[in-house]
Amino acid sequence: MPAVSKGDGMRGLAVFISDIRNCKSKEAEIKRINKELANIRSKFKGDKALDGYSKKKYVCKLLFIFLLGHDIDFGHMEAVNLLSSNKYTEKQIGYLFISVLVNSNSELIRLINNAIKNDLSSRNPTFMCLALHCIANVGSREMAEAFASEIPRILVAGDTMDSVKQSAALCLLRLYKTSPDLVLMGEWTSRVVHLLNDQHMGVVTAAISLITCLSQKNPDEFKTCVSLAVSRLSRIVSSASTDLQDYTYYFVPAPWLSCKLLRLLQCYPPPEDGAVKGRLVECLETILNKAQEPPKSKKVQHSNAKNAILFEAISLIIHYDSEPNLLVRACNQLGQFLQHRETNLRYLALESMCTLASSEFSHEAVKTHIETVINALKTERDVSVRQRAADLLYAMCDRSNAKQIVAEMLSYLETADYSIREEMVLKVAILAEKYAVDYSWYVDTILNLIRIAGDYVSEEVWYRVIQIVINRDDVQGYAAKTVFEALQAPACHENMVKVGGYILGEFGNLIAGDPRSSPLVQFNLLHSKFHLCSVPTRALLLSAYIKFINLFPETKATIQEVLRCDSQIRNSDVELQQRAVEYLKLSSIASTDVLATVLEEMPPFPERESSILAKLKKKKGPGAVSVTELEDSKREGGELNGGGDRGPDTSAMSASNAVSRHSVTSNLSYVFQSTPSPSADLLGIRSSAPAGTAPASAGNLLVDVFSEAGPAAPSAAVNDDGFLSSAPPSEDPAPPLSEADELLNKFVCKNNGVLFENQLLQIGIKSEYRQNLGRMYLFYGNKTSVQFASFTTSVSCPGELQSHILSLNVQTKQVEPLVEGGAQIQQVLNIECLTDFSDAPLLNIKFRYGGALQNLTLKLPVTINKFFQPTEMSSHDFFQRWKQLSQPQQEAQKIFKANHSMDTEVLKAKLLGLGTALLDNVDPNPENYVCAGVIQTKGQQVGCLLRLEPNAQAQMYRLTLRCSKDSVSRRLCELLAEQF
Amino acid sequence: MFFSFMLLFSRQGKLRLQKWYVPLSDKEKKKITRELVQTVLARKPKMCSFLEWRDLKIVYKRYASLYFCCAIEDQDNELITLEIIHRYVELLDKYFGSVCELDIIFNFEKAYFILDEFLLGGEAQETSKKNVLKAIEQADLLQEEKILKVYIN
Repeated sequence: MPAVSKGDGMRGLAVFISDIRNCKSKEAEIKRINKELANIRSKFKGDKALDGYSKKKYVCKLLFIFLLGHDIDFGHMEAVNLLSSNKYTEKQIGYLFISVLVNSNSELIRLINNAIKNDLSSRNPTFMCLALHCIANVGSREMAEAFASEIPRILVAGDTMDSVKQSAALCLLRLYKTSPDLVLMGEWTSRVVHLLNDQHMGVVTAAISLITCLSQKNPDEFKTCVSLAVSRLSRIVSSASTDLQDYTYYFVPAPWLSCKLLRLLQCYPPPEDGAVKGRLVECLETILNKAQEPPKSKKVQHSNAKNAILFEAISLIIHYDSEPNLLVRACNQLGQFLQHRETNLRYLALESMCTLASSEFSHEAVKTHIETVINALKTERDVSVRQRAADLLYAMCDRSNAKQIVAEMLSYLETADYSIREEMVLKVAILAEKYAVDYSWYVDTILNLIRIAGDYVSEEVWYRVIQIVINRDDVQGYAAKTVFEALQAPACHENMVKVGGYILGEFGNLIAGDPRSSPLVQFNLLHSKFHLCSVPTRALLLSAYIKFINLFPETKATIQEVLRCDSQIRNSDVELQQRAVEYLKLSSIASTDVLATVLEEMPPFPERESSILAKLKKKKGPGAVSVTELEDSKREGGELNGGGDRGPDTSAMSASNAVSRHSVTSNLSYVFQSTPSPSADLLGIRSSAPAGTAPASAGNLLVDVFSEAGPAAPSAAVNDDGFLSSAPPSEDPAPPLSEADELLNKFVCKNNGVLFENQLLQIGIKSEYRQNLGRMYLFYGNKTSVQFASFTTSVSCPGELQSHILSLNVQTKQVEPLVEGGAQIQQVLNIECLTDFSDAPLLNIKFRYGGALQNLTLKLPVTINKFFQPTEMSSHDFFQRWKQLSQPQQEAQKIFKANHSMDTEVLKAKLLGLGTALLDNVDPNPENYVCAGVIQTKGQQVGCLLRLEPNAQAQMYRLTLRCSKDSVSRRLCELLAEQF
Repeated sequence: MFFSFMLLFSRQGKLRLQKWYVPLSDKEKKKITRELVQTVLARKPKMCSFLEWRDLKIVYKRYASLYFCCAIEDQDNELITLEIIHRYVELLDKYFGSVCELDIIFNFEKAYFILDEFLLGGEAQETSKKNVLKAIEQADLLQEEKILKVYIN
């Protein structure tokens, strides 16, 4: 072997390198380099033309300096000059400099391309190879443009030397990778495939890389390579170790080529041709058999090469996933490696088993190794190996071993390396959710996760536990209890505080019965963490506090105190300050009804792909989570969690997705949105999406809510789906529902029907009246499957009724306190009208549903017209009385737009339903309607005359009432104006 | 068996050879080198030769004072990559005659030439030791011829 370093003429370079090595400090090195750079620059710029040798030497020095990590900004031109030298060594150095230093978009590329073109056409194989190496090393688009059509010709030309073919194949591969559009398929492609049959193993080795890449992109065009590859593989596998001479590596015949052939086959499904397939299966079996043979050499190179082929064969077996026998054999083989003394083999066996675990044929076989894998997780000294073990545990997890695996992973987490904790946390969270049979286990697991590795618990994880708790009412009480206990630890992670704040804010009421976790205790516990938390967590806690005020009115004073203190209300953080101010105001101005609506329990979260899974995928790349796993999670999620793919994405947590069904919430959200913060979303105060029927007017500001929310006026809360708000367990009946008037209006002209309905409850009514007496039957139907407890109703007459003059007397008996799921109970009201009245009596209903107190107030549809007695009279009599009732107060008139059909029959039916007599042939205008009646009260009778003048063209009415009592005129006019 | 890059560095963390098969800016290359050298040097001798790093797999092996470190893609075969490294070491060893770190420092260009004959564009081009060395020998002969000519002239 020539001792090249000696014969080489670049003494100057060696001296320079020695100098650099002798530098005692970085500064000295830099000084020496700068000196050299100055020297080279002056040489390059000097008048005297440099000879090729000097140029080569200086270029080489520059290259060395560059490789030391210094920037080089000159010398490129001299390197390009070297390319056209006819001396091989100068040319070689020129090409090396360009390969290392010229990046693909250099403007020198054109000059370089020229030199390459010359060398490619030189027919000197050594020069051609240099040029091809350069293209393969630089691989720029300009080069692809210049040579993409030329290189395939060189590759398949009959007279091309083998070494040039090898370089051409890999050069083309590089160009295809950088500019696939420029490498056009053509007649050469079929000839490239046949290079798999080439005599020269080196040519096959180089060509197969190109063929594999092309097959991945154009599988159909290269299909024929499958049978060629199988026969080539078969020849190699069955050859004696000496047959392939120099391509045998430590007694293993052509290991690189074998691996590449097996990799190429992984681009295709199993061969359809039975003979080809049989031959391939034979190869795979031979490879598996050889693994059991005693080694032909003790050298690690021998076993590495042999096992490299084995692992590649196993990859192919897994890829086919159709030969149970081979899959199980592969699994057994890997099982042996799990306990091998070579760390590398243990690592690879764990990795490979991960993919085997996802095959239905080998999943069970993989599971038998669980103890070994758990042991690896505990005892392996190398974090990379432990990581693989954790991956495998994750992959082999199913319902049968989930609890064991999750427990092992949790305990490993306590000592796990920082680098893999986050991923471990995600995996535990996913498994816990996916295989949760009872959700208390799930809650325990996640809270443990936060306790053990709180720092690594990403938002997705703790969002997710909250979503699940919200969506599953069977675990809410347990979650509240557990998180309450967890918060009692002297030092608990901020994520625990977040989860705690959220869950207690929503479901603290479920554990409030226990004096050890009474509302105040809960609040104090949460608040004891407050000052240690970051701003977003504090914001969340503030929202939890306002929810507390709603859940537990007894905490109101304490919490208001907290909100009022300077550190909140004057907090320098604008978000905290705003929350404190707004929540304080909200709690002091809004009625309990408004509070209950605004701060209602969060609606269930929509189901989406698990955000945690998404995060894991992102972290591990698309290949990390297999498709089967995803489908699996869907399937399992569906089964376990009662419907659909359970997992939300991150945004699902924000209440902007959790569509609120309450316009008040929308209004509030409008205000809160001015300072968005992710934690604000969590409590669902904010909701942007205007829900179906909620009036989403931007003008509906908080102010509006408050101004209308006073006790005198009906609340502005439009409970459009009538979901009952959870209200404080106080004795006060809730204010009437905002839609109470509307409901009332439906019954002005009728006596029977459904008064009210929501998700929980339906209230039906039947009523009859005679003179000044009435009887009303109320039917309360429980629409849920759960018992209503402490069901109580009460009727009160508001306003003037409670003052000295009682106008209505309502008698009833209390109902049974328990309403079973699906059952209906009845209540009878006896009503006596003492004097005329305007305000309807209020019906308050309270009951406990799932622990939460429901408090609902409606207006009973008892209106003054119910006590009408119809009075028939002639036209003459009518107009005479009409004139008698001529005092201005006695008349009430309204002109209004038609809200309903103006059809005659409909109008007549309504007027009859009103209780008056409809008088025909009275009004000279036949289009008009006149009615007469007497309202019977205990103390007096009030005569009433009515005239309704429709204007069909304008879709308007004029309604005129004249009654002997002016208050009755006004009230009737109000009531009737809503009916037409 | 696609290599994204190959790095040779000393136990002291000095980079002795770098070969990049993917286009990256100098800044990125330096960053990757720094991170990887640090990661690999921090590993203990008995640890396995593979590690996941970003979305690549790193295969490394230490020979005397030099670390040989390759980045391969997810689907690639780790063990065969280890043997690629070994074959390259064999080539250097055969060529320099019991190679040491100094040979590679002083004859870095030769180390590059040998690598180019062995691996091209990140793929194995010629795995026969004999064939690679023959190619290099031929080149050296050309080189000596020229030198000879200079003397004759």
